Amino acid sequence: MSTDRRESDSSSDLRRSRLSERGERADRASAVPARVADGTVVPIERGRAESLETPLYDPRMSDVDHWGRSEHAREIARRLYEPLYSQWFRAEWEGLEHVPREGGALLVANHAAAIPSDAPVIMHGIEKELGRAVYGLADYLFVSIPVVGTLWSRGGGVPAHPDNAYRLLHDDQALALVFPEGSKGPGKHYSERYKLRRFGRGGFVETAMRAGVPVVPIAVMGAEESMPILYKNRTLAKLFNLPYVPLTANMLALGPLGLVGYFPAKFRLRVLPPVHFDVPPDQERYSRSRVMEEADDIRELIQQELYKMLQQRRSVWFG
Amino acid sequence: MRVLLTGLGTYWGGSLAQALERLDDVEVIVGLDTEEPTVPLERTEFVRADTGYSILSRIVRATQVDTIIHSHLIVDTRNVSSRTLHEINVIGTMNLLAAAGATGSPVRKVIVKSSTLVYGSSYQNPTFFREEMQRARSPRTSVERSLVEVEDYLRDFAEDNPHVVVSLLRFSNVLGERLDTPLSKILRLPAVPEIFGFDPRLQFTHHEDVLGALLFCAQHDVPGIYNVAADGLIPWSEVCTILAKRRVALPPVGTNLFMAPFNRFGLVQLPRETLELLRYGRGVDNRRFKRAGFQYHYTSAGAVAAFAEALRLERSVGDAQPAYRYERDVENFFRHSPAVVRSGDA
Repeated sequence: MSTDRRESDSSSDLRRSRLSERGERADRASAVPARVADGTVVPIERGRAESLETPLYDPRMSDVDHWGRSEHAREIARRLYEPLYSQWFRAEWEGLEHVPREGGALLVANHAAAIPSDAPVIMHGIEKELGRAVYGLADYLFVSIPVVGTLWSRGGGVPAHPDNAYRLLHDDQALALVFPEGSKGPGKHYSERYKLRRFGRGGFVETAMRAGVPVVPIAVMGAEESMPILYKNRTLAKLFNLPYVPLTANMLALGPLGLVGYFPAKFRLRVLPPVHFDVPPDQERYSRSRVMEEADDIRELIQQELYKMLQQRRSVWFG
Repeated sequence: MRVLLTGLGTYWGGSLAQALERLDDVEVIVGLDTEEPTVPLERTEFVRADTGYSILSRIVRATQVDTIIHSHLIVDTRNVSSRTLHEINVIGTMNLLAAAGATGSPVRKVIVKSSTLVYGSSYQNPTFFREEMQRARSPRTSVERSLVEVEDYLRDFAEDNPHVVVSLLRFSNVLGERLDTPLSKILRLPAVPEIFGFDPRLQFTHHEDVLGALLFCAQHDVPGIYNVAADGLIPWSEVCTILAKRRVALPPVGTNLFMAPFNRFGLVQLPRETLELLRYGRGVDNRRFKRAGFQYHYTSAGAVAAFAEALRLERSVGDAQPAYRYERDVENFFRHSPAVVRSGDA
């Protein structure tokens, strides 16, 4: 995530902020637009203008919101995914009380498996247990793939643009899920499982600071073993312009089915107490070192929690 | 208020002149265009000018206009060569601003009708553009490039002329029964094209809100850049549902190539920027203009529903408005002949 959210009225606006300030002060009371009837325009009297305070006629025919998420589509997805969630992965949560019941929060988790299995588990789990919608911030790449992109966005996927994240958290007060490791998490070799990658450049912390919401770290155990990568081909990845082209254990064990079939690894998810940042929201910029420090701390929190969870794990398959 | 209007022969110039005629504080309306007006006008003065507006500074000096509304920016590239586009948008605006900024110029307000095309459509774009945000990729189509250039000129003009109020409005996908745009054209087809596998979210604006926005800027001082788009992003599939239309899929790969023969022979014309829009959609933040005091009369879905109603009416009775043809002598007679009794004289 970059930091250009407040590239501000200065750089590109007409004659700088002085203008827009004046514009924003334009007298609200006298601001009576024109009422148009049969193609001709007449100024409307004040009384009419005030009656416009009532919501405008909005004949929507679907429940797709401005992010592209549809509760109806989620409902179907939840029904289809439920067996995988509770029978196959047998996901179990701890510390769900740390996820806020209202207001925005940025959920941050470790990321793993060649086709990441953790994102749907977290989104499904929180929607099922708490009844709150979760928006998954992910690579733009999804949007450009036909069908997949549409399904992904109906299911709550949002391109991880810093401004999208800010709006979700600040304006919509929603729950947003992000994996700061990006594709470096799922793209790592099996031998490096549960070793967290760099948390980007800390953009997620900056967005949370700006939006004035806490970060809720989640440690996920089980995803690594659901589709481990044994070998990566760099040439093919370059050729297809993909972050990685893996050979997974699933492909070896299950054949063609292994392209999409997960191993039934036991999922345990632990939500850690929310991290609040003691900074004012909506600042032009935040101290780079502070942001990096916070990001590192959160990464370390999840890392240590994972070690603890792994110490207690007796079996990959039974937990 | 003495107003100079560009593009009087276009849909927007015509409707805007009609609207301005009804305002009492508008003393003079001078309309420029290469084409004759297509709507009946009572007191607007039509001046035939070339696309480069070479006579503009003379007109400005002679008429002492204080407000310029520049509505003649081409945003629909069907049947327009990129050369004409450049000539009208970039060179036209350049000359217009030169005349407006000349020493001793009486112009105190410039309002420009631009388009959200300046943001483009890309998978890397944010879901909502605020006015100060930059697009993810540099413009690739000629219309987007020309609009970006126009806005650059306007920015310089605003910088150099601090005494002039400059309002730049970026409108998003306008729908109106008499307005012909690439989108409205395909929405009139029995089956509406979509790109297979994509269901982009779009933001519409009702044509009355467009007029309202331009008049709002004429009547109040609202300097700066403003997005004008109604509330709500709606998926293309839902737009078709509201219009009760079936959809027909275009191939997601090689779409431009596939459309080339259609565009060439004028069967269904989908310029490149419209195809991009049908793939990735576009959303803009409309809050700044609302904060400036503007109120919308329609939401996005409301604008689409109003368009659907207009289409239904049209299906039953055809074009309800009588045809109008501009007759120079007749118009001059009504405006200037001593034989005509004008309400103002009485």
